[in-house]
Amino acid sequence: MIPEIGLLSLIIALCLAFAQGILPLVGAQTGKPAWVAVAIPAAAGHAVFVAISFISLTWSFIASDFSVWYVAMNSNTELPLMYRIAAVWGGHEGSLLLWVLLLAFWALAVAAFSRGIPTLLRARILGVMGLISAGFMMFVLFTSNPFLRLFPVPLNGNDLNPLLQDPAMAFHPPLLYTGYVGFSVAFAFAVAAMLSGTIDRQWARWARPWTTMAWMFLTAGIVLGSWWAYYELGWGGWWFWDPVENASFMPWLLGTALIHSLAVTEKRGLFKSVTLLLAIGAFSLSLLGTFLVRSGVLVSVHAFASDPTRGLFILIYLAVVVGGALSLYAWRAPNLDKEVGFKPFSRETFLLLNNILLTAAAGLILLGTLYPLVLDAMNLGKISVGPPYFETVFIIPMLPMVVLMGVGMHTVWRSASATDVMRRLRMAVIITVLSGIVIPVLVWGWNSLLTVVGFVAGAWLIVSSLIDPVRRMMGKGPRITRGMAGMQIAHLGLGLCVLGITATTSFNIETDQRIVRGESVVVGDYTITFDGVQMVNGPNYQAIRADMSVTRAGQPVTVLHPEKRVYAVQDSPMTEAAIDSKLNRDLFIAMGDDLGDGSWSFRIQYKPLISFLWLGSIVMVLGGIVSVTDRRYRLAAPATRQAPVQAATVKST
Amino acid sequence: MTPRRRRMVIVGAIFLGVATAVTLGLQGMQESMLYFRSPTEVLSGEAADGRDFRLGGMVREGSVERLTGDLEMSFDITDFENSITVRYTGITPALFGEGQGVIAIGRMEGNSVFRAREVLAKHDENYMPVEVADMLAQQQQPEELSTESSTN
Repeated sequence: MIPEIGLLSLIIALCLAFAQGILPLVGAQTGKPAWVAVAIPAAAGHAVFVAISFISLTWSFIASDFSVWYVAMNSNTELPLMYRIAAVWGGHEGSLLLWVLLLAFWALAVAAFSRGIPTLLRARILGVMGLISAGFMMFVLFTSNPFLRLFPVPLNGNDLNPLLQDPAMAFHPPLLYTGYVGFSVAFAFAVAAMLSGTIDRQWARWARPWTTMAWMFLTAGIVLGSWWAYYELGWGGWWFWDPVENASFMPWLLGTALIHSLAVTEKRGLFKSVTLLLAIGAFSLSLLGTFLVRSGVLVSVHAFASDPTRGLFILIYLAVVVGGALSLYAWRAPNLDKEVGFKPFSRETFLLLNNILLTAAAGLILLGTLYPLVLDAMNLGKISVGPPYFETVFIIPMLPMVVLMGVGMHTVWRSASATDVMRRLRMAVIITVLSGIVIPVLVWGWNSLLTVVGFVAGAWLIVSSLIDPVRRMMGKGPRITRGMAGMQIAHLGLGLCVLGITATTSFNIETDQRIVRGESVVVGDYTITFDGVQMVNGPNYQAIRADMSVTRAGQPVTVLHPEKRVYAVQDSPMTEAAIDSKLNRDLFIAMGDDLGDGSWSFRIQYKPLISFLWLGSIVMVLGGIVSVTDRRYRLAAPATRQAPVQAATVKST
Repeated sequence: MTPRRRRMVIVGAIFLGVATAVTLGLQGMQESMLYFRSPTEVLSGEAADGRDFRLGGMVREGSVERLTGDLEMSFDITDFENSITVRYTGITPALFGEGQGVIAIGRMEGNSVFRAREVLAKHDENYMPVEVADMLAQQQQPEELSTESSTN
């Protein structure tokens, strides 16, 4: 019964999404207020019914209703409750339903928190989101129905893939999808603006917080996935330039460019066509990511099933969405940008360069990701493009970008004075170069020129982000708005990431060792002793656990317990690494095989500063949070600004 | 700066940036591109250039050998027509095993031995590397064709 309620709700939601999509858009073009007024109630109803559908599926998982095929394939009565809920999005069908749910919630949020936005613009935004959602729901209903019944009903389910039975993995898909889907809001803003034909600074101000929020979720989702790969999947690797990772990283790069382009559009009324293109691009790459992951052209832990109809459906959908938006753009864009001058040395130029470099990086990653697929499709051989390519094409645009960022933050709009900026940055440059070169060499020794460049780049970002806050604390600089503070915090976070990446790639120690019970090996400054193994029973697995005691200069540091698990239902072995995390380094031990003579093989790694990578990412997200809470986003449009400001003043007195 | 000149500078900068990036990108790609080959293709002389490549197939039943107390191991990768002996020093992924799909990255040492620097196995008990699945499908091995999908 419950699964049928879920299916029925999804069909009702589809009808409401069509109503939300078609009526307001047509009404807005033809001037029918009654049709336009459908947008908000339809969006609300749409969200409610998608939610009922999603709850129905979740209920089937909690109740272990194995008469539902999808539940039988992805759950098991032995599975802990938390993972039974996470298993809802552990497979293809459920993760698409999650996509639809999040899209409906974003639309609901736009409906609820956009009172300042003119009715027509809001109706168009909701309309575009309704159509996007309708397309996805048709995809779910026609190719990936999660409510299909199974007969005969199995006694127990197939269990969730053990790799996914992990707290980080429970949250990674929802966060990542919230980010992906969130770019649909920016996309809808762009399409709505092109339909109406007016794109002004006010429009950019409305679009900015939505874009930043989507970016924050995407950032958090990507990092959580990377962190999971680090301790669960990758034997200590945290980024593999796997096509699926690239699929999430490309929208992130374009989304980052979009945030910066929107800033110029809001403050100066410039770059309108660039902003529109980036908004279309960021969401298109999100859809492309979904296509790559879901169509089965890629097979990895993320690619749940290879089904050509699914791939074809998404490809057509992608063509309609991207093609439609780009045609609209081709029609509208020529009349958008009016000439407003700016000098070559100005904040505008730096932001433009930033966007070019980010787009170039995304484009080159796209090239490397699609190239093997194209070759394979044309029967020109099976190749894979390895990390060296991606590392090269990523570092080349990113290094100048990081240098420019540090300068760009301290330039003003329109026309900046180069001498002023140089004078302000002189101290910062000295501090950066000294700390970026001297400290790492003292701590870890000399590695390579690229290492030095990496440390200097990271230090440069951190130092230059701190200039204004430090000046302010000394009572010199101007007041820092939330928007500015958010920018500085996010850039500081990126600087921490750069330091972490540089240190961990340059001074990483990784070694496969054979250790006899009772003996020890030396890795860096650490001595690791293999004390023995024991059997351990988990809720749905059995494990062999090793006891490894770690000492440094004779002092005990910690005892680590890497495990090899065998999950009962799927009979699949899993390596559970043990990590000792400190701010300055991680010690990572993964268990290999029993070598037969009382010795085992272990992979032992020493990873300096890797925590800076996770920490820096969190700081970036914090920067996003600070900037979206800027007061100006809560103010209404300029025409009606007076009233709320006065109300606020009255309240505060 | 006049709008016209500004536009020209911008267009020029974009063009220069894109051109440099694409050139560097394609160059980098040449070096980090790895071909996927089956044992049969290797034995017909396709890997004669001495470069690294990806050797894929199934781990032949009964072929995994490990010297007691040593990290050095060897196993055969087969496509059910031919097989090649792979030597590897280190730890294999948890899901590595006989009769399972596998991809080894490395190069030929002489004519018959493949020296692997990395061994990749599947992510769960149903998944097989896509190249391996395709290759086996082409060779019509019906009972080995468990490629339809992973169930996760």
